[in-house]
Amino acid sequence: MAAVSMTVNGKAVTGDVEPRTLLVQFLRENLRLTGTHVGCDTSQCGACIIHLDGIAAKACTTLALQCEGSSITTIEGLAEPGGALHPMQEAFREHHGLQCGYCTPGMIMSALDIVRRNGNDLDEHLIRDQLDGNICRCTGYHNIVKAIESGAKNMAAK
Amino acid sequence: MSATGIGAPVRRKEDFRFITGQGQYTDDVTRPGETRAVFVRSPHAHAKIKSIDVAAAKAMPGVIDVLTGAQLATDKIGNLICGWMIHSKDGTPMKMSAHPALAATKVNCVGDAVAVVIAESVALGKDAAEAVVVDYEVLPAVVDPAKAQASGAPQIHADIADNTIYQWHLGEKKDVDAAFAAAKHVTKLDIINNRLVPNAMEPRAALADYDAGTDNLTLWNTSQNPHVARLVISAFVGMAPEHKLRVIAPDVGGGFGSKIFIYPEEVVCLWASRKVKRPVKWTSDRSEAFLTDAHGRDHVTHAELALDANGKILALRAKTIANLGAYMSTFSSSVPTYLYATLLSGQYNIPSIYCEVDAVYTNTAPVDAYRGAGRPEATFVVERLVEVAAREMQIDPADLRRRNFITAFPHQTPVIMAYDGGDYNASLKKAMDMADVKGFPKRKRDAARNGKLRGLGYSTYIEACGIAPSQAVGSLGAGVGLWESAEVRVNPTGSVEVLTGSHAHGQGHETTFAQLVSERLGIPIENVSIVHGDTDKVQFGMGTYGSRSGAVGMSAIVKALDKIEIKAKKVAAFMMEAAEGDIEFKDGKFTVAGTDKSAAFGDVALNAYIAHKFTGAELEPGLKETSFYDPTNFTFPAGCHICEIEIDTETGKTEIINWTAVDDFGTIINPMIVEGQVHGGIAQGVGQALMEGAYYDAAGQLVTGSMMDYSMPRAHDFPSFHVGMTETKSPSNPLGMKGCGEAGAIASPAAVINAITDAIGTEAIAMPATANAVWTALQKLQAPKAA
Ligand code: FES
Ligand code: FES
Repeated sequence: MAAVSMTVNGKAVTGDVEPRTLLVQFLRENLRLTGTHVGCDTSQCGACIIHLDGIAAKACTTLALQCEGSSITTIEGLAEPGGALHPMQEAFREHHGLQCGYCTPGMIMSALDIVRRNGNDLDEHLIRDQLDGNICRCTGYHNIVKAIESGAKNMAAK
Repeated sequence: MSATGIGAPVRRKEDFRFITGQGQYTDDVTRPGETRAVFVRSPHAHAKIKSIDVAAAKAMPGVIDVLTGAQLATDKIGNLICGWMIHSKDGTPMKMSAHPALAATKVNCVGDAVAVVIAESVALGKDAAEAVVVDYEVLPAVVDPAKAQASGAPQIHADIADNTIYQWHLGEKKDVDAAFAAAKHVTKLDIINNRLVPNAMEPRAALADYDAGTDNLTLWNTSQNPHVARLVISAFVGMAPEHKLRVIAPDVGGGFGSKIFIYPEEVVCLWASRKVKRPVKWTSDRSEAFLTDAHGRDHVTHAELALDANGKILALRAKTIANLGAYMSTFSSSVPTYLYATLLSGQYNIPSIYCEVDAVYTNTAPVDAYRGAGRPEATFVVERLVEVAAREMQIDPADLRRRNFITAFPHQTPVIMAYDGGDYNASLKKAMDMADVKGFPKRKRDAARNGKLRGLGYSTYIEACGIAPSQAVGSLGAGVGLWESAEVRVNPTGSVEVLTGSHAHGQGHETTFAQLVSERLGIPIENVSIVHGDTDKVQFGMGTYGSRSGAVGMSAIVKALDKIEIKAKKVAAFMMEAAEGDIEFKDGKFTVAGTDKSAAFGDVALNAYIAHKFTGAELEPGLKETSFYDPTNFTFPAGCHICEIEIDTETGKTEIINWTAVDDFGTIINPMIVEGQVHGGIAQGVGQALMEGAYYDAAGQLVTGSMMDYSMPRAHDFPSFHVGMTETKSPSNPLGMKGCGEAGAIASPAAVINAITDAIGTEAIAMPATANAVWTALQKLQAPKAA
């Protein structure tokens, strides 16, 4: 076992983990932050995407120990403490960008990284291209693309 | 239409928990003292188990127990079953092999579980699973359904000759043969409907908790139909009496059919929990899901269409071999029979149809219902035949369809179904307008100038949803009834809970069902909760599949609401000292006809419970009603999808340029949700047509066993879709609904392949039409010229 400490959603956390423990296991099992999901075992689906020091990362392909001293944001950390939803969360609801909801946390975290990289004025082609690392089996992506386009705009307006 | 009533695009009530990461999927549930199950699975497709040695594994750190199939048999845990009886042409019943939850003597596919490690953590369990020593005697395997019945093919189940489960047929062969003999034109096609892996994004999971104090078992699992799971695990597997087993299907991350079935892992978790006296959880890896989730499709078909000189269809015949895999999954037998051959009439007036289906065992994962289940296979046969016939006869494909559309209802097809309504010309016309079919020749010329091949393909599909009534499906072999239940509980404060036997795993029932109640009772949608997925709360239900929750599940709610209104009127009559017959109910208010007396719904609810205005002899207190609704017929959603594609001749890559879908789903409760269902269905159908395929090598190894190898559709594989609707109401249920969940997946494969073959000018292309397949087909076409 090895000690690890990091900041998750603004709170300092520590844990004692086996060296092989993945970040997604640490989040889900040690911290009980179950919003980050596991949809595959080959780093293909993006259900596990979180932000590691501000940049999207797949928590299924990151060891917990690699994140020593890092700052992590998960889907649970997006809404404001008072409960107001992040504009990207709001956009997914408004545009019906989710059905079963399983891919959704990863989609939203990925969407925010697309905005970080490309700004708030996104076209459909770019969004579709840059969602390459996220799989959704329910929506056919149509409404996810719309949600991201609109969420990005609303973030600028905020 | 109110802002939250029937027809309004209400934003979903369930979304808040999902977008904030607070959904509760099975793997998110934990129990104190929870252990983890890790399965030891066969690396061979076909082998005898000579011995299993668990001693070393048992001694590993963190291991609580290692259990095998021999112990399962000793404990008299029963086999998994297929619940739909099919009889062969000769009258003999289908041949169902034994399917133990852990194989004890022989494995029949890669991934067959032979032992389970119960450990303190998944990691420790995996370490121990590697230390389980299984001595196998490897046998030759057969994976191709077309080869399974050959003499000399490996015999999979000792008691089942030629690996043949049944040889079934439907229709009048004599009539069909006569029609073919008289036909002016015959179109023939050989079709492979490719094997698919459902890949709901949430992998299957099960958490079993045995309570020694009460002898009760609780199972949380990823199920589309928890009551059916409880019934099968109790009555057939014999795990526990039905009243001692509670099944909870919490949030479920997609199903598409794959979570209907009862699987070995949930049985083993329940059994193990009772043995080790601690909760046992199993969560599938994606790799395990590829090996063990029931796959879909996998048909090999020869089909023929007979037409007269004017392009009128005279008859259709088809011979299909359906691969059911190593064991018969829960509803596997019904998919290539009553869910397939019964739809071979499509939207067309076809005087005679004959279909033969052989179902076979192979050394592959079990195959069962996957989105559409039999109906996509039927639609592909019909829509490819019609399209090719039109090309061969040089008739415009839309025109050939129009000449054969059914226009008078009810219409009895030669294959059981009685279509009750629809307007196929309307959906075709609207789709052609939306897709600007008129402008296609110009777009094709423009594309050609850029070195691209353009193609346009139609699919005018029909499906049968809300499979019913129970008596009829019983006569076809179903082991269950296919009604639905609803219980409406009005609370003293006027808020309402609806307990439904339907189950949502992405469909948005918490919103659409609440819209119905809000409209009907005139109360705010926030005051309505939909409860589902727990056998302790909902008395019984058949679950969600086959696009049945609207047409059947909501109809049950309507019937219960009817009873609520009747009872509430009685209460209101006592409150307002009026005759029951004079009470009217509208917009959430009870009034006395011809007076200005009124009572709000909430007041009436309160009075039903405080019971101050009537005696027990006059009226029972309370306001809660139940209904079990059995429909009178299937429903028949139908429509037209048009796909326009462009092919890069250098690479063979197909790009979808435009997708138009016009569907007739009858009454629509929430158009936003319905369109979402259509989008998702199209994506799965396009996935089948262009990229998805599960492949086993000759030794029975799954070559496409991960998301690295099995091509899952991604956002950049699609354009945005154009979705339109037409509406004819279903006469078979009180709301006039037809069902929308599967239409996209049913319609789309044929539309894609019709478009590709239109573009490249040869019919010789199979699904998935990958870039490589299309490029190869193009090269073949050019070869004679080069020679
Ligand atoms: S779980 Fe991380 S990419 Fe699939
Ligand atoms: S909403 Fe179900 S996987 Fe995306």
